[in-house]
Amino acid sequence: MTELFPGVDAIYSKYLEVPSTSQVDSPGTRHRWHVLDNNEELKQRGIEPAGTLLCVHGNPTWSYLWRSLLNHVSEHGLPWRVVAVDQLDMGFSERSGKFRRLADRVNDLGDLTGALGLTGKITTVGHDWGGIISLGWAVSHPDQLENVVLTNTAIHPAGFELPAALKLASHPAVHGWGTKTSPAFLQVTHSLAQPALAPDIRKAFMAPYTNAEKREGVANFVADIPFSQDHPSRPALDEISEAVRFLKVPALMLWGPKDPVFSDRYLRDLMSRLPHAQVHRFEGSSHLVGEDNDIATPIFQWLAGEKSSKNTSRAQSLGEYRPMLAELDSRTEDQSAAVVDINPARSLSWAELGQRVNALAAGLRQIGVQAGDRVNLLVPPGIELTTLIYACLRLGAVIVVADAGLGTKGMGRAIKGAGPSYLIGIDRALTGARLFGWPGTRIAAGDLPAAKRKLLGVAHTLPELYEAGSQAASGSRVFEPSDPDADAAVLFTSGSTGPAKGVVYTHRELAAMRDTLRETYNLKAGSALVAGFAPFALLGPALGATSVTPDMDVTAPRTLTAAALADAALAVDATTVFASPAALANVLETQDALNQAQRETLEGVSLMLSAGAPIPEHLLAKVQDLVPNARVHTPYGMTEALPVTDIDLAGIRAAGAGNGVCVGTAVAGATVAIAPIDALGVAGDKPEYTPNATGEILVRAPHVKDRYDRLWITEQLSVSIPGWHRTGDVGHLDEQGRLWVEGRLGHVLRTAKGAITPVAAEHAVESVAGAGRAALVGVGPDGTQAAVVVMETVPAARKSGPAASDLARQVRAAVAATGTEVAAVLVVPSLPTDIRHNSKIDRAALAHWAAATLAGGRIRNP
Amino acid sequence: MSPSKNEDAARRVLVTGASGMLGGAVAQLLRDKGHHVRTFQRGSSASATDEVRGSLTDPQAVAAAVESMDAVIHLAAKVSFTGAWEDFAATNIAGTSNLLEASKRAGIRDFVFVSSPSVAHFGDSLAGAGAGEADPAKAHGFYARSKAAAELNALGADSPALRVTAIRPHVVWGPGDTQLVERVIQRAKAGRLPLLDQGAALIDTTYIDNAAAAIVRGLERMDHAHGRALVVTNGEPRPVGELIAGICKAGGAPAPKLNVPGWLARAAGSVIEKLWLAAGSRNLVHDEPPMTRFLAEQLSTAHWFDQRETHEVLDWKPAVGIDEGLEKLADHYQN
Repeated sequence: MTELFPGVDAIYSKYLEVPSTSQVDSPGTRHRWHVLDNNEELKQRGIEPAGTLLCVHGNPTWSYLWRSLLNHVSEHGLPWRVVAVDQLDMGFSERSGKFRRLADRVNDLGDLTGALGLTGKITTVGHDWGGIISLGWAVSHPDQLENVVLTNTAIHPAGFELPAALKLASHPAVHGWGTKTSPAFLQVTHSLAQPALAPDIRKAFMAPYTNAEKREGVANFVADIPFSQDHPSRPALDEISEAVRFLKVPALMLWGPKDPVFSDRYLRDLMSRLPHAQVHRFEGSSHLVGEDNDIATPIFQWLAGEKSSKNTSRAQSLGEYRPMLAELDSRTEDQSAAVVDINPARSLSWAELGQRVNALAAGLRQIGVQAGDRVNLLVPPGIELTTLIYACLRLGAVIVVADAGLGTKGMGRAIKGAGPSYLIGIDRALTGARLFGWPGTRIAAGDLPAAKRKLLGVAHTLPELYEAGSQAASGSRVFEPSDPDADAAVLFTSGSTGPAKGVVYTHRELAAMRDTLRETYNLKAGSALVAGFAPFALLGPALGATSVTPDMDVTAPRTLTAAALADAALAVDATTVFASPAALANVLETQDALNQAQRETLEGVSLMLSAGAPIPEHLLAKVQDLVPNARVHTPYGMTEALPVTDIDLAGIRAAGAGNGVCVGTAVAGATVAIAPIDALGVAGDKPEYTPNATGEILVRAPHVKDRYDRLWITEQLSVSIPGWHRTGDVGHLDEQGRLWVEGRLGHVLRTAKGAITPVAAEHAVESVAGAGRAALVGVGPDGTQAAVVVMETVPAARKSGPAASDLARQVRAAVAATGTEVAAVLVVPSLPTDIRHNSKIDRAALAHWAAATLAGGRIRNP
Repeated sequence: MSPSKNEDAARRVLVTGASGMLGGAVAQLLRDKGHHVRTFQRGSSASATDEVRGSLTDPQAVAAAVESMDAVIHLAAKVSFTGAWEDFAATNIAGTSNLLEASKRAGIRDFVFVSSPSVAHFGDSLAGAGAGEADPAKAHGFYARSKAAAELNALGADSPALRVTAIRPHVVWGPGDTQLVERVIQRAKAGRLPLLDQGAALIDTTYIDNAAAAIVRGLERMDHAHGRALVVTNGEPRPVGELIAGICKAGGAPAPKLNVPGWLARAAGSVIEKLWLAAGSRNLVHDEPPMTRFLAEQLSTAHWFDQRETHEVLDWKPAVGIDEGLEKLADHYQN
């Protein structure tokens, strides 16, 4: 075997003469084409292909772009023919001496496939401007077309500005120099790779374009971008992009959202034309998405039949489906309080809330919001947010809730990923939207002065929508009931383990979440709750429970004081409190400020729920002292399944110490199983119930997410055990069927003695005098990792470094009792945690830091 | 047929370098196991009942040493930070070659070459590293370079007639150790022992009893071990500062407090090493330099190893943990 270029076996390279029927050529013209084609290899191996991938590069790359597909087929012996073409004037195909326009290029491709005698089913694969050319081929060969795959491309620039980079490249002043005379356009394109291309790969991409003559096609390609209405290629573009709407074949889109040219807006445009497409956005990847990531594995996995990501095997729901709005609609005459805000003080009765929801829904509909449209809500919890949520549910619009707990950067990524059509926000959010270019028609939560409105690019305000809507609205009957299986909401994971992931819920799944909460905690209609933990708080009106939002900065849970909590409870005679551990920690710290009346109010609480993150038993015990008559519960769950299990303080005490955190038994309607992990921490693919077997925690419940949003690969992994959601957490079930959480799958240490989960060791460290929080991480290669404790101390250390010998010895002894040998103990001033919960430790980053520290050299803080 | 059936049979074993701490421990362990041991060294060995005195560079002496033996464990080497390359080459390369030739002629069955991880590792930080292949061109310093060449030669001689394995213990310490333990304690007592970069570098070490046991296991498990190089450690990497503090405590010395940036020590090490070599060549100094680049690297970069293959091939695990070893060291200094 000889390699022509890095990663390209000579057997794939072939040249052929193809008669041209393109308009630009005179009759009888023939062109010499270069393609990479694995047909010869398949023949040698006696493999009959199940279909052919027709791969079309863009500008200024060549078929080299698709080498990973050829190699993947070869390595795995798959039955797929892969034909990657070099377009004419590009790569190692002939320089035709003609200016080839879009219509010519589509026709050229047809000439080539005809000459190749491609029969059977074809999957087109395109990148950059090769995307539209491949789709042009697709719409003109419907009989042969089986699937379409698209990577960072654009099908129509209508209504969009031409991206600045391309505008510059196509400007007459620089066009010739930038694209032909110099290799600048090529170099800039190659430099987009994340991480940077290896020098030999970069050289291979440059190989066919080493002088100005060879770059003629590159220049012409740029000049053929039909960015204006009267551009000669515009009719061809319009025709193809409209015809694409009628393509019903399966479609897969793999996208690098950091692309400065083919950004998310083009992905959204494509998704609107091919709404059935499966989409995966590689967060952090750029234009050369196939260089940045392994795209071959997902493409062939998808071709192998996993073209649908709908979770087909759902758990049985708890009774009949009842829409989220049913409770509200049954209380149109109810004058008792439904929602209450403390600061500023405000309250709406059930009747008023119903009217407001309908008015807002009507107002939104008037400005064009339709069922299925995504509406990004950047409004703090309280009456306004609650009204917005139920108005969107009413319309069938999909709510996108990216909370400030993701941090500004994380929130921006989340919003761009979800790609909402509308963005409704308070001033600060609108400023962010303007500053960072968050997508969506902007709607202000409140009135705005004209100047500011213009500055922020605000199209509408909620007061205007209420006003317009209340004139038009006449009850709920004017709205079509939403399809129970249509998307209802996109929530986000906390992003403590990588970029936040969007999680899609349907109406049926949201309703199931409500029903599970109601059944598990006996939350009857007519009860009242303090909404200190956002996701559950939104369910108040659906439960028929009065909900009150305490006076706190919701972006910082630690701002909830004991007095604010008591005042909120007093306002509605709340018997139930939802709060996060961080909020409760501050409540405990500020409890001395409570007056007698406030204390008595808290004594009236009958259910206290600490949700969002694990809470240590000693904290929970102190919470119990504060609410002596309450059942103190803490559920375990994740954005993808809320909640999964539940335990109360008595249960925690009964469980005692063990390997991990005991989180109790499955909530109503949910089932928990374990996929045991092997010595290298790899989880199996069978749900098991064997007591004390450690493995990945699996959940089956009617309120499990529908899917991850635009993360097809992630979704496939999470549902790879049919009927179950893989949580990515590790733990075990005990003899009583209680679940113990031992950490994250990605945080399992792969030592020479096998897989070790971190939580038990961390608890042991935290029991040592003078210890604060701790994390156990592995450093070194898989299978022989050394266990390292990274810990905080009380009082906090001033700088990071190895623990003093005495502390190290105590920590080692404590951890040894859990069966784990510790190599090193490192002390840090504070452990890095997520913003949302301020408790999820980023162990992956910490492991990286620990490895660097223990390698020797100057010590930095993590 | 079980290859291990002869593991316990009494054998006639030549141990070279038995006057050193590790060689002495190996010889004693072999005797404890009921083997007949002959030692070979330049001076006389107090404990020996069967000894041949001579130099590795003397083929006749070497031939006499292997005479009527079944197996050889070759520990003798020139170990130093200073000295001329010719001296290292003569003892470590030519000496090993002499011993291999003599062994072949004498019909020796098994040959254990005691080597060092430094023959295959070149100053980078190592985390969970495998043994790797010896490379004389890349090894740092005359000692590692000469041992690398000798190891390649020894493993190259592996054949059904003469089976050869290379055992590479990493940083051996224990009671009676003058190389590491004694120097650490003396310098700490003098207040001249700094930590580099707070002593965070994670390093593997080997307690003397474990090193000796592994070397003897190399002989016993020759069926599996021949042709291979195996790194041996305690399998308990620790931050170097903690180890040094432990050794100091055992020896009744104060733990080091002074912290020096690693880069500075490496740079200083290079300079001091050069000065020392120059001074040594003019007979101005006769001991080891206080800091060398090699030593600074050892003390400021991670060096720990993957022990899975070693444990599997030798069917052995270290019996004495680091904490237990430090206790034994403390006992040694108290008595």
